[in-house]
Amino acid sequence: MNEATRRTRAIAAAVLATACAGTWAAPPAGPLKATVSHWWTSGGESAAIRQFADAFNAAGGQWIDQAVAGAEQSRASTTNRIVGGNAPVAAQFNTSRQFRDIVDQGLLNNLDDVAAKGNWDRILPQTIIDVIRINGHYYAAPVDIHMPAWFFYSKKAFAQARIKDEPRTWEEFIATLDKLKAAGLIPLAFGGQVWQEKIVFDAVFAQLGGPELFLKIYRDRDVKAVASPAFRNVLVAFRQLRAYTDPGAPGRNWNDATALVVSNRAGIQIMGDWAKGEFSAAGQVAGRDFGCFPGFGVKAPYIVAGDAFVFPKTSKPHVVAAQKLLATVMTAPGPQAAFSARKGSIPIRPDVDLSQLDMCARMGIAAMQDKARQLPNAEMLVEPDLNGALQDVLTNYWNRKQTPEQAQAAFAQAMKDNAW
Amino acid sequence: MVAIRKNRAACWSAYIALLPMVLTVLGAYIGTMLWTARVSVSSARIFPTGDFVGLGQYERLFRNARWLLSLENLAIYGVLFVAGCLVLGFLLAVFIDQKVMGEGALRTVFLYPYAMSFVATGLVWQWILNPELGIQRVVRQLGFSDFTFDWIVDQDKALYTIVLATVWQASGLVMALLLSGLRGIDDELWKAARIDGIPVWRVYVSIVLPLLWPALSTALILLFALVIKLFDAVVAMTQGGPGTATEVPAKFIMDYLFGRANIGLASAASIVLLTTVVAIVAPLYYARAKAVQRGLK
Repeated sequence: MNEATRRTRAIAAAVLATACAGTWAAPPAGPLKATVSHWWTSGGESAAIRQFADAFNAAGGQWIDQAVAGAEQSRASTTNRIVGGNAPVAAQFNTSRQFRDIVDQGLLNNLDDVAAKGNWDRILPQTIIDVIRINGHYYAAPVDIHMPAWFFYSKKAFAQARIKDEPRTWEEFIATLDKLKAAGLIPLAFGGQVWQEKIVFDAVFAQLGGPELFLKIYRDRDVKAVASPAFRNVLVAFRQLRAYTDPGAPGRNWNDATALVVSNRAGIQIMGDWAKGEFSAAGQVAGRDFGCFPGFGVKAPYIVAGDAFVFPKTSKPHVVAAQKLLATVMTAPGPQAAFSARKGSIPIRPDVDLSQLDMCARMGIAAMQDKARQLPNAEMLVEPDLNGALQDVLTNYWNRKQTPEQAQAAFAQAMKDNAW
Repeated sequence: MVAIRKNRAACWSAYIALLPMVLTVLGAYIGTMLWTARVSVSSARIFPTGDFVGLGQYERLFRNARWLLSLENLAIYGVLFVAGCLVLGFLLAVFIDQKVMGEGALRTVFLYPYAMSFVATGLVWQWILNPELGIQRVVRQLGFSDFTFDWIVDQDKALYTIVLATVWQASGLVMALLLSGLRGIDDELWKAARIDGIPVWRVYVSIVLPLLWPALSTALILLFALVIKLFDAVVAMTQGGPGTATEVPAKFIMDYLFGRANIGLASAASIVLLTTVVAIVAPLYYARAKAVQRGLK
């Protein structure tokens, strides 16, 4: 029996265990009520979360939906409700350090027995485990994996600029942009808002700087690495992209930038896989009308981000039971497949029916198989306020006439200021 | 005797009527101010904590390039906005005071922008000013192909677009205030000036404007509050960009309070802002109270 079959068997056993756990948690009297706070309010998003709600209701729960529009607003409302003693049964966060303070204050229930039954240690990607397992305990149920820095391109625009192949190196990427520019198109569809600038920067950082430097700076907070020539190169390359954007870019929304690619007026957009929703809303199909690649070449880093639910502290037995049932249902293969197909994300586990997923999602799953390619998103490694401070540094560098050295100094200062 | 008792009863009922307001002020304003001050000297991030880090948050705040830029932007914006509103509002008020036709309709038109939410009108301004969608494109389509009006995407000029849009919004308010002031000016003054042969502009500058001081100072204080509060216009029009060109303190505070989950730093910034407001508004209030007193005498 080779390694692959053994793993498949282990996974199958895990699936069986989770499926059983679903029935095990059902209470003797009445459905388990669960108020769930999240920010999925757009058409595709609410269709996706409904898959969890239906599965939870079918497993003996009663889902009470408490959607708050806007991720920041939703998280702020959750925090305030936890402080105010009126916490929801489950609440959405990004799979990141956003909920770390809440864990440190001891305000979340852990999910250790759900994780043990579901064999999370074995089936979840290590990058995600590193974020949700804190001091040996699981504190969040991951529900999807988003890759925030895909390269989406218009096939028509590529044909118009006589580009045959997807770029496999940074140099080829620049050459591609040059060809698009020569063909009279907007080479890079860009939205000049700080978070979008950060996404493009992180894409350049991961692809050109490499995972080692990426982790050294974001994870190990190595200030010396910020001063290194390698990091300077990343900054120079990032700024180089500005020449390929159009004058209307500042302040543009991400979906308006995607629309430029959808309408073949722009060549490439660097954006998270949620952008696929815009393409499919316009009736476009991955592989036919637009193409996607997560980086340059077959060994390119694949940035891992996503969403997770946390379960605020309570000792009421029926609430705890509802929390466990929710965590079990949301991470089970069936709901995972149904959810991912509607959300545009990829499932958190490999043993899921992939028939409903599009080409890009399948490429993503293939990339995730190679553990060396998985790279945690910056937000998994740095606190929200440092992430924000770094966004400020990068937006200044992108928009003002700053030298890379000035940006390096500001970057290092932001990292120093963040430590107490 | 009866009269005195009645008086005292009236006094008590006045106090009782004031009680809810007093409680609101003490609880909602003073209480939260003190609480904010306390949080600003702690290391709180997402939750308030009880520790004490001295002025660490303030030091960090004044090392933060974006915060310093926000203060600078607010100062530039404040001067231009207040001056713009006062000049435009005064001219509008003088214009309407000429007993023009359709005064009621004009007054409504000028005051209307103030009644609308800037979240909505700011978006319209954003479209009008966007070089790819708005004025620039329209003028270019009319045949002036090298016409350029791209302030909103220009680092050095984006702040002026915020001034433009907010002056449009608030000058109607100044007009309404000054108009009521103008209507309060005795016609005899005008007659006397006419007999003396003084030019009209000179009457406005040397006689009317000084008489308008109470209305002007009210307008100043209201405008000043609008300057400090500036947030919705920036969020709706530029989101602080391009880059950090239109960042303002209120947006800094909101960002750190919620998205960036650092209420310690946000509280320190709030306290700095509050101190600035008190330092500027208190003398203004004092001067106004003096002027009103003198008027009574």
